[in-house]
Amino acid sequence: MTTATSRPAKRIGFGSRLNSWDLKLSPYLYISPFFILFLVVGLFPIGYTAVISFMDWDLVRNSGTFVGFDQYATVINDPKFWAALRNTFSIFLLSSVPQLIAAVFIAALLDQNIRAKTFWRMGVLVPYVMAPVAVALIFSNMFGDQYGIINTWLNSIGIPPVMWHSDTFASHIAIATMVNFRWTGYNTLILLAAMQAIPRDYYEAATVDGAGKVRQFFAITMPSLRPTLIFVIITSTIGGLQIFDEPRMYDQTGTGGANNQWLTISLWLYDLGWGQWNLGRAAALAWILFLIILVIGVINLFITRNLVRDEGSRNTLTRAQMRAASRAARAAVAADRTAASGPRRTNKASEVTR
Amino acid sequence: MNTRALRRIGLVAGVATTSALVLAGCAGGNNGGAATADPNEKVTLTVATFNDFGYSDALFAEYTKEHPNVTIVHNKAATSNDARANYFQKLGKTGLADIEAIEVDWLPEVMKYSDLLAPVPTDLTSRWLDWKTKAATDPKGNLIGYGTDIGPEGVCYRSDLFAAAGLPTDRESVAKLLTGDWKTYFDTGAKYTAATGKAFFDSAGGTYQGMINQVEAAYENPSDGKITIDPQVETIYNQVLGAAKTQSAHLSQWSDDWMAGLSNGSFATMLCPGWMLGVISGNAKDVKGWDIANVFPGGGGNWGGSYLTVPANGKNVAAAQQLADWLTSPDTQLKAFEAAGTFPSQVDAMKSDTLLSSTNEFFNNAPVGQILTDRANAVTVSPFKGQFYFQINDAMQKALTRVEEGTQDAATSWAQWQTEVAAIK
Repeated sequence: MTTATSRPAKRIGFGSRLNSWDLKLSPYLYISPFFILFLVVGLFPIGYTAVISFMDWDLVRNSGTFVGFDQYATVINDPKFWAALRNTFSIFLLSSVPQLIAAVFIAALLDQNIRAKTFWRMGVLVPYVMAPVAVALIFSNMFGDQYGIINTWLNSIGIPPVMWHSDTFASHIAIATMVNFRWTGYNTLILLAAMQAIPRDYYEAATVDGAGKVRQFFAITMPSLRPTLIFVIITSTIGGLQIFDEPRMYDQTGTGGANNQWLTISLWLYDLGWGQWNLGRAAALAWILFLIILVIGVINLFITRNLVRDEGSRNTLTRAQMRAASRAARAAVAADRTAASGPRRTNKASEVTR
Repeated sequence: MNTRALRRIGLVAGVATTSALVLAGCAGGNNGGAATADPNEKVTLTVATFNDFGYSDALFAEYTKEHPNVTIVHNKAATSNDARANYFQKLGKTGLADIEAIEVDWLPEVMKYSDLLAPVPTDLTSRWLDWKTKAATDPKGNLIGYGTDIGPEGVCYRSDLFAAAGLPTDRESVAKLLTGDWKTYFDTGAKYTAATGKAFFDSAGGTYQGMINQVEAAYENPSDGKITIDPQVETIYNQVLGAAKTQSAHLSQWSDDWMAGLSNGSFATMLCPGWMLGVISGNAKDVKGWDIANVFPGGGGNWGGSYLTVPANGKNVAAAQQLADWLTSPDTQLKAFEAAGTFPSQVDAMKSDTLLSSTNEFFNNAPVGQILTDRANAVTVSPFKGQFYFQINDAMQKALTRVEEGTQDAATSWAQWQTEVAAIK
């Protein structure tokens, strides 16, 4: 029969086309709600902020005049910006570093076999549950310049009072204390969870080998904590660079001190936008803050990669070595296939390697 | 497949953003003209205030009894800052109440948008003190705020501390002692400080505020709104800081230390608007000795006060104007004074016996109604406050604080203030 050879290419029916669309598009449809939502409430405002940052914007009349990079130039040339940048990083370092060190040690203590475990573990989280504004109110009472509790104590033991609201560094310490009070417990719990996931066999083996508690902590606990530590470091970096509540509540006006002693970037951003209604300039500052966080984030990413690589995969191969190994495996399989119709199992194995 | 899917997502995003833009674009409203309210049409009026205006439910009930077609919903913001944020985010768009209260602190910002507010009918303008209406009248001559309360300033003092310093203690003699200009006030302070070694007033900032409010046009030119610093500003700056060196307690107002200072006697006097009496008695409950003298250095002074405004694009502008008219009438405002101590800004209210005979037990039974009325009538200057006023004044307050807390000397701080002012635009 000739029909068999001259038969036209089979047309794909609508049903099967629908099927193939279903196969290809459905996954995207299923994840689309998140992305649509993200576009509307995430990307759109970011883009709109960028537009406004090039304008002299009038919030009430909802209109603006295009001014190019003027707002950015004004922000960068304002001494307040540099003061705010300095304060932000200073408060960030003063809070994150002691906080993480304290969190690791408290977590290590809670990881021991102690009585009333749950009580202590819940206890460290209590400061986190408290409203930040309430915390700030309590602390601002303690850090009063003349009649605060801390200065009264210092006075009674003969130490001159610390000017918490006029000395730049003292104000940073006071604010960092509030941040630490609030976040140490939270980080402790995350680190504690990571510690509990470390197999106990390691410790038993180490004990058998004669390693003491301290040695075990540095040789087993710390290396196993690295991925969690990285997470905690990154979240506290982002939080630290956006710090707002505590400096805002640190005095009654909330504008960062008479000489910008504790003005942070987000505090200034708020003041520009909602204090002066200068939304164009606030938007420019928001973008600058965004870029700063992006840069710090990239730096973090590189550090993270390096930290993870020498720990994570427990094999000592580098990426290049791993790629070379898989190339070799594929070549071996291909050689196998050309030599004979190899058993299916080999094929599957090669796919896995790839 | 990847690119196609991405393109599709892009399309969805495009649709989403366009619709958002369209929505934002539609938000602009049209200005409704003022008309007489239909007495039979059922309306619900919303009134938005903050802190405590003294407008109780019982007070609103009086109005709705006379106007059965009206239902009133009263929304109270916790602080004036919350109200301010809400006001400017919604002004000219939708969502504001039919009657919105504003504070004199952000009145200059509101004046920029006076065209978005329904003007007060001209036959009402004589109801208030001249300087109260002048501040809320735009260049076209439209008054946009119904005045509620004012903050005429006297001098609060601690009679017990005055006695210890050998100064007169009864309020008539203190008033006589302090009558004159600011030099008289600071000279008395010097005597007090010399006798006791303690501070005379609370802060340079608070005192400066009283002084600068007597300058006609401190920071801006009233005719074109451009920043022009009056030479008096520097004189006042130096005068107040010169005195503050020894006489100020260096307690910036509203700080925790300042609140403590109200009761622990770290300063003997304070410039004192009517509403401050409640702040003092609230923070110094157990202190006997606070009193108020019927005097203010350099003439009169006003600090604070509020207005009611009617957004022009509201649904019930005419009915809202009628209610605002009633709420700020002398009679209603007197009831508010009795309820919350808000001192009325209406000329007729100040002639009423209820007001004039009112006394304050905490302040040694001072006849505060009479004193504050005299103080309100003593105000002669209505300082011009343009759109930059608060930015410049805020920078000035910080400049004073820098000197008070010892971070900078007066000259450095003044120079820094000048640089900051030059950058404002």
